[in-house]
Amino acid sequence: MEENQTQKFDVIVVGAGPAGVAAAVSAARGGARVLLVERSSFAGTKNMIGGAVFLSALKQIFPNAWEQAPVERYINKHTWSLLSDNSSVDISCDFPQNPKSASIFRSKFDSWLVEKAKEEGVYFAPSTLVKKLIKKNGCFCGVETELERIEADIIILADGVNSLLARKYGLRYDYEAKDTVLSIKETIKLSKEIIEERFNIEKGSKNGAARNFLGGLKLENAPFALGFLYTYTDSISLGLGVNLEDLSRYGLNPSDLLEKLKEHPVVKPLIQDGQMLEYSAHLIPEGGYKKLPKLCENGIMLAGDAAGFVNAIHFEGTNFAFISGKLAGETALAAIKIKDYSKKTLKLYEKKLKQSFVLKDLKSYQNVMRNLYSRTNSLMNYYPKAASKFFKIFSGASCIPKRDEFREFIVDFVKGRSIRELLKDAWAFIISIFGVLK
Amino acid sequence: MSSEDNKKKSIEDKLTTIKYNCDSESHLVINRELCKNCESRCCTYICPAKVYTYDEEKDIINVDYENCLECGACRIACPLNAIDWNYPKAGCGVIYKQS
Repeated sequence: MEENQTQKFDVIVVGAGPAGVAAAVSAARGGARVLLVERSSFAGTKNMIGGAVFLSALKQIFPNAWEQAPVERYINKHTWSLLSDNSSVDISCDFPQNPKSASIFRSKFDSWLVEKAKEEGVYFAPSTLVKKLIKKNGCFCGVETELERIEADIIILADGVNSLLARKYGLRYDYEAKDTVLSIKETIKLSKEIIEERFNIEKGSKNGAARNFLGGLKLENAPFALGFLYTYTDSISLGLGVNLEDLSRYGLNPSDLLEKLKEHPVVKPLIQDGQMLEYSAHLIPEGGYKKLPKLCENGIMLAGDAAGFVNAIHFEGTNFAFISGKLAGETALAAIKIKDYSKKTLKLYEKKLKQSFVLKDLKSYQNVMRNLYSRTNSLMNYYPKAASKFFKIFSGASCIPKRDEFREFIVDFVKGRSIRELLKDAWAFIISIFGVLK
Repeated sequence: MSSEDNKKKSIEDKLTTIKYNCDSESHLVINRELCKNCESRCCTYICPAKVYTYDEEKDIINVDYENCLECGACRIACPLNAIDWNYPKAGCGVIYKQS
């Protein structure tokens, strides 16, 4: 960066994650002078991801370079497990030829994104914390860091889930605990060979596996939580996302819950003899469509987690970040071209989001998480246990007549839960599906 | 050791795996007057790094900001909005390498 008092850029992007880099590079490609600021010394070191980044979105941002991105393994094997106290019922899919996502470490991956952006002319300012935004005549037109003022025609906030700036300037309300998930994880070292063996991965390949766990926490009042596991080259991640309101309500500590998952007889052998490399935590905004912020105002736009762009049910966040960032960057270019940075012009960003999967998916999924959350006990306890019972009968020759066993199972299934509750579960399921498809 | 101590120990062990560049002053400022009226003190258990602990004798919440993972959970969960939550100074705070 040049050392002078009146620095002026076309665009300042706050936050060098996927949304920020996509915004910066999209604007720079059209000839804009772009400054990308990041509060950490190295991009990605404040970030944590469950495990994998979606390749379709990465390809759209870096169509030529994406294959060189520092990825660990291409995730082509997904397994979802319903855990009862000591067993698991799984469903798996395997796409050996056509992986859709790849496991990454954010510190390496985000730093690579920034390097690519710099190659395309983006100015990068690490160790730069934006304390305030500059506003003149009702229009945002710069940032104030700990050290200096920097002006720009357009600001793009891609400063993540906590976005203190968006809240400070009234662009969004704070997330409520019920709309927020606290995700914690441990990165655990295991040898390549052990990973290949345990997760049934072709030897010497860059293939990898992901697993999700529902239930298995052995709590009567279980919080809404989902366990995850991703394979890296020679380590794995094991983590848990828990609804923040449930943690408060039931007096739970997230790390204790993860310990419970680690002790589960199905999970324990997967991490056996592993050595913890790093512990981490991050928030996920899951308020979705109903909690959307002001996506633009005079001279400013919000992208990525800062705007709450997450589709929790599919673990989608990085793709929303990349594409919303790209659309914000393109909108900035259009505004610069006509030298009009007003909200009226920047509304183009909203229009582009509405035409893309970003707002389409958020809209169609707006009730899904709430529906599932309202059935927490069914999902976390009742159905995993029922599934386990069923498969115990189905697969375990117990020398008891099958008719008796299945009849008992059906009686238990109906008795263990009032018809009213069963109907409520079914209703929540049906309206969720209908909401997405209508 | 009580189970509570064990849990604290478990988190302390986990935190040793993380690199920090410690800020000289706390980026987390709590309003102790408000905290006195708090019934849940949920910050003392929901925090993944156990940054907040309750000192019964002095009836105050202690804040080990050095351990903070900057997730923001306490800020949102605090029922009294008693936590003035900021980012550490530029370049300071947690430095994840393998997350």
